[in-house]
Amino acid sequence: MLIQIPPCSHCPPSEITPESVYLSRRRVLGAGAVALGAAALPAWARAGEAARYAGVEPGNPPAWFTGKLPDTRWQAVEAPGEALTPYQDASHYNNFYEFGPDKGDPAANAGQLPTEPWTVRIDGEVGKPGQYALEELVRPHALEERIYRLRCVEAWSMVIPWVGFPLAELLKRAEPTGNAKYVAFETLVDPEHMPGQRSRFALLDWPYREGLRLDEAMHPLTLLAVGMYGRVLPNQNGAPLRLVVPWKYGFKSIKSIVRISLTGRQPFTSWQNRAPGEYGFYANVNPSVDHPRWTQKRERRLPNSLFSPNLRDTLPFNGYAEEVAGLYAGMDLSKDY
Amino acid sequence: MKHPLWRSAVFVAALLPPPYWLYQAWTFALGPDPGKVLLERLGQGALLLLLLTLCLTPLQRATHWSGWALVRRQLGLWCFAYACLHLLAYLVFVLGLDFAQLGDELRKRPYILVGALTWCALLPLALTSNRFSMRRLGRRWKHLHRLAYAALGLALLHMLWVVRSDIGQWLLYCAWALLLLALRLPGVGRRLGRRAGGAP
Repeated sequence: MLIQIPPCSHCPPSEITPESVYLSRRRVLGAGAVALGAAALPAWARAGEAARYAGVEPGNPPAWFTGKLPDTRWQAVEAPGEALTPYQDASHYNNFYEFGPDKGDPAANAGQLPTEPWTVRIDGEVGKPGQYALEELVRPHALEERIYRLRCVEAWSMVIPWVGFPLAELLKRAEPTGNAKYVAFETLVDPEHMPGQRSRFALLDWPYREGLRLDEAMHPLTLLAVGMYGRVLPNQNGAPLRLVVPWKYGFKSIKSIVRISLTGRQPFTSWQNRAPGEYGFYANVNPSVDHPRWTQKRERRLPNSLFSPNLRDTLPFNGYAEEVAGLYAGMDLSKDY
Repeated sequence: MKHPLWRSAVFVAALLPPPYWLYQAWTFALGPDPGKVLLERLGQGALLLLLLTLCLTPLQRATHWSGWALVRRQLGLWCFAYACLHLLAYLVFVLGLDFAQLGDELRKRPYILVGALTWCALLPLALTSNRFSMRRLGRRWKHLHRLAYAALGLALLHMLWVVRSDIGQWLLYCAWALLLLALRLPGVGRRLGRRAGGAP
């Protein structure tokens, strides 16, 4: 089976990255091809670590992360024509309600969260269930950088260079059984370090839970991220392990994951439970299905300023329709939103 | 005019926040989405000013200090000014001045409609906040200005619909509003006045 991911839909052919560069499934699996891919990258993309993202502090990366950086495939997926959101904005404007309801709360409150050691439980319909230390979980996977658009259900968007590996590779190692139809994820519960979980007025039930259909989870665009902007994930962005599903609203991309379960039935998801009329299980970015409280036709690309609100049209599947629309063939996406 | 210093202080205190926020937006201190922050601060500012305005009568009754009533019209007008700026911020930063979309939003989004109704409830209060109108309307002026309570209820409903995950702050405003309404129940208000009146 050959699944190819063109780096971007909706861009003129002249902007499409040459075939020698773009990510193909074969190349992900084929060890020797990695070197080929690196050779095809322009020289500036292979520049030294320090110069990769100016002004981005390295944080406190664990040894397993630093050890993987030299072999990381930078810009494995690009977003042609898109300007990266500055790191400062991507790391200080967050929805991570475990750390508080305001956009600045996660950056202010997440610093003390212990992310090491970290274990992830993999269970349910898998051949190899178990508790895995994070470094063990990541060890077999080569990291790659993918620049994805991120569209929040609140009608703002960013462009972020993630560092991670495809969720599909991890799931394959866990050996899903024939009964596995969905994947359920859970965020850490740690009220001591997560003030939002201590709030008596929070409208969400903890742990935060999300889920994907198995074919969505296995899609090559679906990423498990451990870093961004060439560094380890800041706590407020979901350290040490988070999901990134670029064609869905941001709340699907669950942060600080401690449990991954393969299930036969559609799993419970936090926002759908909170307000089923507002947040569906699929939550695909869809300009023709409005959120009941605001339109989804347009989005504010951040950062913006008072004099240029930077409004732009929202694209179906956040611009990844070419890659993922097939997953939903025959479904009525105005009902299964 | 009595208490000129007090009145000027209230004037300056109400005037300063929006220019200060604009300055913050200018210097990138409001983060990557300054329009949204400005929108929210103006909305909450208007609600806060409405609550403060409605505090003045009970305060006057409780303390018998004439300064409270002297700033009531001013604070009410400031509330309307913040509400206008809030509306303007919505039109510019959220709607991008796309007025075709505005009709759509009003039809489909109850919280936008409720926000618009709140502004509509404040408008006649602002228009009749002059001595000429008071004289002309006579007793009806007082009835008309009870619209302030409707505006308060609508504003709280509008805010509740915006909250996504934590209603702590909303509950705080709501408790404040309920307290103010309770003080206006016939029995409660009179007792408050009498007790304070008994003090030297």
